[in-house]
Amino acid sequence: MLQHMFRSASRLKVLAAVPLLLLATACDRVVFDPAGDVARQQRDIIYISTGLMLLIIVPVMVLIVVFAWRYRRGKGGTYDPNFDHSTALELVIWSVPLLIIIVLGALTWSSTHLLDPFRPLNQVATDQEAKAQVEAPLRVQVVSMDWKWLFIYPEQGIATVNELVLPVGRQVRFDITSTNMMNTFYAPTMAGMIYAMPGMQSTLHAVLDRPVESQGYSGNYSGHGFSHMRFKLRGVDDAQFGQWVAAARGSGKALDLATYMELVKPSERVPVMHFAAVGPDLFRRILERCVEPGKPCMSEIMAHDRQAGGGHPHEMRPGAGMPQGRDSAPLHGDKPEGAIFKSPEERGSGPNVTKPANPSRAPGVTRPGDQKNRDMSAVMPMAHPSAQPAANA
Amino acid sequence: MPESSIFKTIFGRLTWESFPVHEPILLVTFLVVALLGIGIVAAVTKYRLWGWLWREWFTTVDHKKIGIMYIILGIIMLLRGFADALMMRAQQAVAFGASEGYLPPHHFDQVFTAHGTIMIFFVAIPLVSGIINFVMPLQIGARDVAFPFLNSLSLWLTVAGALLVMVSLFVGEFSTAGWLNYVPVANLQNSPGTGPDYYLWALQIAGLGTTLSAINMVTTIIKMRAPGMTMMKMPVFTWTALCSQVLAVAIFPALTGAFALLMLDRYIGTNFFTNDLGGNPMMYWNLVWIWGHPEVYVLVLPVFGIYSEITSTFTGKRLFGYSSMVYATVVITILSYLVWLHHFFTMGSGASVNSFFGIATMVISIPTGAKIFNWLFTMYRGSIRFELPMMWVVAFMLTFVVGGMTGVMLAIPPADFVLHNSLFLVAHFHNVIIGGVVFGLFAGMQYWFPKAFGFRLDDFWGKIAFWGWVIGYWVAWTPIYIVGLMGTTRRVNHFDDPTLQPWFVVAAIGAVIIGIGILGFVMQIAVSIKNRDKLRDVTGDPWDGRTLEWSTSSPPPAYNFAFTPRVHDLDAWYDMKQRGYRRPQGGYRPIHMPRNTGTGVILSGLALVLGFAMVWYIWWLAALAFVALIATAIGHTFNYNRDYFIPAGDVERQEGERDRLLPAEA
Repeated sequence: MLQHMFRSASRLKVLAAVPLLLLATACDRVVFDPAGDVARQQRDIIYISTGLMLLIIVPVMVLIVVFAWRYRRGKGGTYDPNFDHSTALELVIWSVPLLIIIVLGALTWSSTHLLDPFRPLNQVATDQEAKAQVEAPLRVQVVSMDWKWLFIYPEQGIATVNELVLPVGRQVRFDITSTNMMNTFYAPTMAGMIYAMPGMQSTLHAVLDRPVESQGYSGNYSGHGFSHMRFKLRGVDDAQFGQWVAAARGSGKALDLATYMELVKPSERVPVMHFAAVGPDLFRRILERCVEPGKPCMSEIMAHDRQAGGGHPHEMRPGAGMPQGRDSAPLHGDKPEGAIFKSPEERGSGPNVTKPANPSRAPGVTRPGDQKNRDMSAVMPMAHPSAQPAANA
Repeated sequence: MPESSIFKTIFGRLTWESFPVHEPILLVTFLVVALLGIGIVAAVTKYRLWGWLWREWFTTVDHKKIGIMYIILGIIMLLRGFADALMMRAQQAVAFGASEGYLPPHHFDQVFTAHGTIMIFFVAIPLVSGIINFVMPLQIGARDVAFPFLNSLSLWLTVAGALLVMVSLFVGEFSTAGWLNYVPVANLQNSPGTGPDYYLWALQIAGLGTTLSAINMVTTIIKMRAPGMTMMKMPVFTWTALCSQVLAVAIFPALTGAFALLMLDRYIGTNFFTNDLGGNPMMYWNLVWIWGHPEVYVLVLPVFGIYSEITSTFTGKRLFGYSSMVYATVVITILSYLVWLHHFFTMGSGASVNSFFGIATMVISIPTGAKIFNWLFTMYRGSIRFELPMMWVVAFMLTFVVGGMTGVMLAIPPADFVLHNSLFLVAHFHNVIIGGVVFGLFAGMQYWFPKAFGFRLDDFWGKIAFWGWVIGYWVAWTPIYIVGLMGTTRRVNHFDDPTLQPWFVVAAIGAVIIGIGILGFVMQIAVSIKNRDKLRDVTGDPWDGRTLEWSTSSPPPAYNFAFTPRVHDLDAWYDMKQRGYRRPQGGYRPIHMPRNTGTGVILSGLALVLGFAMVWYIWWLAALAFVALIATAIGHTFNYNRDYFIPAGDVERQEGERDRLLPAEA
């Protein structure tokens, strides 16, 4: 019988090897060939946890097939219809998974804290990173817009759209927010993703440890232009970074208010843009949702509301600091009024998906790259503020 | 313009643009559906079946017929949801580099939203509800559920929700905001169209049905078990149904609340989930996932029960570790409330919060692992018959453990930072939903079909369905796991990197193989109906079953059991057979039964009208439907003609008929 079991088991090794094989085939790709220390540690965690779990998954799969084969009706396996309890077995089947989960849990606790994106890197994993500790992290402010990425380099005073250039070996601190939709900021070769959310700031610390040409994108579906919300990620050495910054500064176009208001409108497949100058508190105003002139910032609204309610910040009385009825801040926002308040004329029409945006110009897939294909989208290409030709569009 | 104002007042935002008059494919689909519908209506009229349909099916409060109708609904919606899946796989297989594919983003987004919504809310939930409805009262020796009218109402509300989703295919559009209708995409300023409104109303109506159904099932299990059936003598399926429905009662109100707040945002202009004016989209994510994660267990727990029943029956053994199985189920029920945040580790909660939810998630794998071992050791020293239901169980065990493993990987926050929202995640949950829930539902349908209709399902086509699904699953989802590990994210309708294309082509081929499986299942039912006389089972116990549902005839009479059974042991019917049970030959008494009512259909029809009117801003119709809804509901409370007795003579005749068919007992 044992011999029989082993023979079946050997047949199954193929099956058990499948998940490992899958990992192996995927090795040449960014997640498994990272250029950043954070991404590398995250990859190692995937390897370790997979290995730990295969310790139990493989024997279970083997046993399933062996038992299914061994105890099929009429093939002579022992039949014991009343075998329904065994304390020893019960102990094993509860404690083995428990042990594995204890190990995995410990790994989870420590790795989650070590790789918390809000936490500055302090591990000296590579030579480059030793340098990273000496220097203060480079700061980059990331804004996800509909549907492109705006990167502001506050220390350099420049901004780019859909291009992120980083010096290799220097720790970078990303402050991330969004203008409207929720996206995730994800450059798989550098580090894991984190949400970009309107009115919220999230933070990611990462470092690139070798020169790289890669891509980043959003991991979270955010509407029409989501599929092409991609940015170029380039890791370069310090000198090249300096040259790149100088070139951006020399591009001449500033990200002033008018340009920003044009940029923030929904657009798709936006080519790379460089801005030579950017206002020092643009990121804060985006975060506090008050770039538009005349729109109060979130902090001002909160201060106003607290004042209107006569609340002291530390007062514990229920309702303290709450606006009294309609005394609240006189606000306006992007929010349209609710449907039931609309007069009949304002109700508009609910078109079917198939209604062409422009009936006289049929969309076509036969000529890819044709500008007419843009008709598929409800959003027309914007006249983007920088004077660069729309080569990538 | 006053003329247009009158028009808008009457029709809201419904205009000619709302119909797919520009699109030949949809127009033809619509015509085919319409012709088919007219054909069915004409046939029903010609054969004078309206009265029969209305009396025997639409107005029925019989839990068995309601269960069957739930399952029919689930299978029809499976075809729709699968059509969406094929469209997605086809798009992703061709849309590389210069090729845009054939679905523009706006259409693709609706397709994946509809696919997820339909598969969870209108396929998985109705199939699970249907099987619980049909099987559970029979397993506990009851004559019906605790609230028979409520059961009918629940079914028809679910049907109304499904119809509203189907209407969105031809009138207006469906949501583009993903299967949970995520804000900010679903906010009014980002999606002013009809899509999110269709989603919200369809799911509110269907969700009400699911909540009521869950209350009904919990009450039935707690109050209506046969004498002698203590909690620890309940069949495992009933246990898992109880836990699943307790979960459903607890979580669906959270979903209803979240959707209600979003409705207020969209209709009244409140700011719960808006970006400005103090609204917070993150709150919506929390609320829907507080529902969303336990929902997975609402679906999978009863299916675990199905696997347990089948394993025990087809190995001819008592279930190994019954009590540890029950404890595992209860532990999963409780833990499933404590893990929802793992759906958004990357939202930036602190490391301690993330660790807590990550570890809580992993802990769930312990009782789940124990369940796998219990099935394994039920097979050990068994005498396994590899009939179709048992084949599904083995396929499930082999497939599901992989899904469990990838699930634990995703539960480690730093790994999740890389894998979150990737196709790896998509492959993971399809692995557990298809490999866990769908396989189990098919196993259950194969297993209990003879009980419901009195004949077995065809074996040949059943095997085609089985191999189609199993092979198709692996061919379709293995490449998706791989591209996910390469960092490809979900819901993308066009890729720049052409090296990914072969993987997606393989995945599309896998989807076609699954299609063969689905076709095989439909053929299996058709062929079995055609050959029903050959496949007939008169014993009522074709599999040598162990639980009470196999003690009555197939299909069971309206009253289920002529005499309420007495339970002395777990696996009550096996116990009765072992002790030489003989069917009683006389002494029948009149049986008290609930009377049919059409109120459930009428209320649901009105709810459908209300939903449609609200989606299209036709306020007068909405008000009318709402008033009628309330009036009908109140009116129904004055209906005192709710029950009747089946005369003893009728019972005697039916039981006598069965005795005549049964092989003579020695």
